[in-house]
Amino acid sequence: MAIPRHSPVKAVDEKRKPKHRGHRKRRRVWKDKHFRWVPDGHGDWRVQGYIYTHHHKPKKGHFRGPGKKPTAQALPGAAAGTAAPPPAPAVSDPRPPGAYQGTFGVPQATRLLERAGFGAVGGQAEALVSLGLVGAVQSLTRPSGSAVLSGPAPTDDDGNPLAPADAWGHDHLWWLDRMVRTNQPLVERMALIFHDWFATSLANVSRQQQMIDQSNLFRSHCFGSFLDLFRAVTIDPAMLQWLNGNENYKWAPNENYAREMMELFSLGADRGAYSEDDIREQARALTGWRNDWGDVGAYNFRFDPKWHDTGTKTVFGRSGNWGWEDACQLCVEHPLHPSFFAAKLWSYFVPQPLSNQRQDELTSLYSGSGWQIRPVLEAILMSPDFYESPPMVKPPVVQLAGTLRTLGRHVDTEAWYWLCEEAGQRLFMPPNVSGWDDNRWLDTSRMRARWNIVTYALEGISVDVWGDEYSTTETAEEALARALASWGNPALRQEHRTELLDLARRSESLIVANWQKGPYRAMRQNALLQLIGVSPDAILQ
Amino acid sequence: MSSPKHTCCDGFTRSQLLRSAAAEAGKGLPAIEPGMPDPAGTGLSRRKFLSRSAGLALAVYGASKIPLSAFETGIAQAAQNDKIVVSVFFDGGIDALSVLAPVGDPKYSQLRPNLGFAPGAGPTFSEDTRLQWHPAAGALATLHGEGKVSAFPAIGYDHPDQSHFTSRHYYEIGELQVGYRTGWLGRYLDAVGDDENPLQGLSLDGDLSPMIATAEKPVAAIDSVDGYDLWSRVGDPVEGEMFRSFAKFGTLPSDSPGMAGVRRATYQTDKLRQDLAGVGDFTSPVPYPDTYFAHKLAGLAAYINFGLPLRVVTIRAAGGYDTHADQAADLESNLRETCDAILAFQRDLEQRGLADRVLTELWSEFGRRPEENGSLGTDHGAAGCAFLIGSKAKGEMVGEFPGLGNLDEDENLKVTSDFRAMYCSLLEQWLGHDAETIIPGAAGFARPVLVKP
Repeated sequence: MAIPRHSPVKAVDEKRKPKHRGHRKRRRVWKDKHFRWVPDGHGDWRVQGYIYTHHHKPKKGHFRGPGKKPTAQALPGAAAGTAAPPPAPAVSDPRPPGAYQGTFGVPQATRLLERAGFGAVGGQAEALVSLGLVGAVQSLTRPSGSAVLSGPAPTDDDGNPLAPADAWGHDHLWWLDRMVRTNQPLVERMALIFHDWFATSLANVSRQQQMIDQSNLFRSHCFGSFLDLFRAVTIDPAMLQWLNGNENYKWAPNENYAREMMELFSLGADRGAYSEDDIREQARALTGWRNDWGDVGAYNFRFDPKWHDTGTKTVFGRSGNWGWEDACQLCVEHPLHPSFFAAKLWSYFVPQPLSNQRQDELTSLYSGSGWQIRPVLEAILMSPDFYESPPMVKPPVVQLAGTLRTLGRHVDTEAWYWLCEEAGQRLFMPPNVSGWDDNRWLDTSRMRARWNIVTYALEGISVDVWGDEYSTTETAEEALARALASWGNPALRQEHRTELLDLARRSESLIVANWQKGPYRAMRQNALLQLIGVSPDAILQ
Repeated sequence: MSSPKHTCCDGFTRSQLLRSAAAEAGKGLPAIEPGMPDPAGTGLSRRKFLSRSAGLALAVYGASKIPLSAFETGIAQAAQNDKIVVSVFFDGGIDALSVLAPVGDPKYSQLRPNLGFAPGAGPTFSEDTRLQWHPAAGALATLHGEGKVSAFPAIGYDHPDQSHFTSRHYYEIGELQVGYRTGWLGRYLDAVGDDENPLQGLSLDGDLSPMIATAEKPVAAIDSVDGYDLWSRVGDPVEGEMFRSFAKFGTLPSDSPGMAGVRRATYQTDKLRQDLAGVGDFTSPVPYPDTYFAHKLAGLAAYINFGLPLRVVTIRAAGGYDTHADQAADLESNLRETCDAILAFQRDLEQRGLADRVLTELWSEFGRRPEENGSLGTDHGAAGCAFLIGSKAKGEMVGEFPGLGNLDEDENLKVTSDFRAMYCSLLEQWLGHDAETIIPGAAGFARPVLVKP
């Protein structure tokens, strides 16, 4: 078997010392309520209030917005939302055989944006509908150029730029910000999937930058060849530390990575795909990687031929002088790998098991393309199961990113990393090498964190009950409409809408004195805002 | 960046990380049942939240009010004489030979040239004068002197496993195998617990202890005894209506497993919020040490006093005990923090007249190697120590100290009592439940007397 050899590693700049940010003097800031125009989800604009943090005392009477309403042209999705209704799908929407053949309307586009991104904002779903199913999917899976991040850059609690490589938690904020501001949401979603797939944790990696570099590797490989990705991860410094690839020498092989690369990354346990002998032999094939240690932790990762076992190894019955690239290729060429790959990728998008027929389709797409990720991904995103399956629980970070996008907020507080940790998903710190357990997203402690995340996200959007003059005449229906508009008019299930309207009415009936008319209505608005954000509709995708 | 501490072994750190992964053991150690609470989190109190968001017009509601109606069901179902087990876990394998140091054993100073204690460094253990309490365990010696501590100087099981992961798992499930998905106290709750009361099994560490993982009955974990509240910017009285609607979200019909999961979590979250409303503001009748662990026990005593329907509670002892290097200082401070807090907890319960309802069990997954290693630490061993503490504890040693002249084939301390025998006795003598239905092979274990009549 001829396996092509690639050059081992790219040079890594490991010499930089971390900047010490611990003793920063806290500067005074001025929090100020500002207003801006944001899309209302119906092709028009609405005014939204938010807290702006000034780092110099604002001049008296300075401008707080919102100014003139933007023109319709500047409005994302305006064309689809107001001007022209989407064309009939059948005309411009040819679909491959086996693909979903039903209506591709706003609900379907919304699901696509939720499961293959971070939700639909301001007319995005309508815009996707106008592309048809195939066009919509491809607009996500075939982005052009590099991602554009629009909107204000992320900051810490003091308004300073993030230090993702150095400050604790800023790595999490850095990625969350990309999720919020990117125009290529599926790239971030796939990076998150591969972060879970090849779950590596900062807990055993010496530098945050190494985790960030690993996530960039996921971004750059997420639509390409799985073999290339697998090889890149195998010698990624974070992974080498995490699963002891850097402690795997010919004199003392360490089987950790060899086992996980088969069990969790490419073949799966209990399928008869490999034996304990295969693991031992594979570990020998992977020997040779080492690094140096210094004040900054692990650095200078390199392949040292003297540390590599050059003897013959027999893996899956195939003998040769295998090296680390062969180790990856042997796994990928294993007859049980394509089915593992298809089922695992499937599980991130569809809550129901892969049927035999669909599995055959996906595995032949995968094998036929030379282990390319994109064709399988596109087939999953176009499959009937994707659109017809019941809802799935959003991972906490996905829900938060979507919440911030919807509310027009951005990363301006460090609270997001510890709140996400409480919700069970601190990025770069999955609980173990098998990644996050989707069955454990919801319990009393994590649910409470999701609630509190929404409370934080509504800062500046909730009404100041005792500070602002609130309408004394707003009806229950108006109150609900206003709260829903703040959330971009999400499609709530009827029973939830009914309950919220009932809440609005019950709240109004509590008013027994004149002075309560405004404040109780303000409270009602905040209650509605909160409940929309924590409703099952917001948690499910 | 966190500064990784290198005093514990890599395997330990990793096995902690691998709790639910199939990876290390390769046998698929069980995750907690899907849908059962298994929370994570580091615990941010409301106070901290307020300080973090200074200037935010937060309506802090419920802190001074206790909606008694919310407790009616719970109090009613928790008969006032319900027995409680508090399980305190020394995570990492505490060095039993330091907690009860065999200073009178001729081989001790030979095996522990650097880590050994001098005779008289701590109080003598009255039931076996070869042994002496660790100086930092003086609080346990005090309680032992009052007849409130049953000591197990060499507890474990046959053919001890020296993996943290595996051995701890055995203790948690009450059986020597890896196929179980429920903890031994979880199975007890499944047998006697309530369908509506998640507080019957409560972990105070943020994540659920597998020991109380149940198959059916709800249990809970909280990350802070300072209350379990949901923050909002809604004031009284509208807030009450908001939570009514939130609870309604949790009880509407579901048409998919995903929806059912969200509804169940929503319902349980609101229930816990009601049950714990206002509980965070407690006062203690006795002084506690000013430590995080002590604060949790102080909160727990207040919870019990409050009438919360608790049955089994788990908490991790202060610090970690996987002392492969520089053992002396780490063990000293962590053990002291734990023991002092437990003494305060016992005094608190006595002061409140609750001491007859609570037994506290201290355990660890194994003991450490009698011979110290080259890094002023100790490696994984076999027999460990356990203690049962409370006014109703029998106060008599279970299993003798086997001596250092008679170690097992791995040069480890031999086991003289089986942890499953302790479980059987606890179930039958304290909780009044037949051990046969909870502990596999219960008939084959002795029943040491652990409880005063």
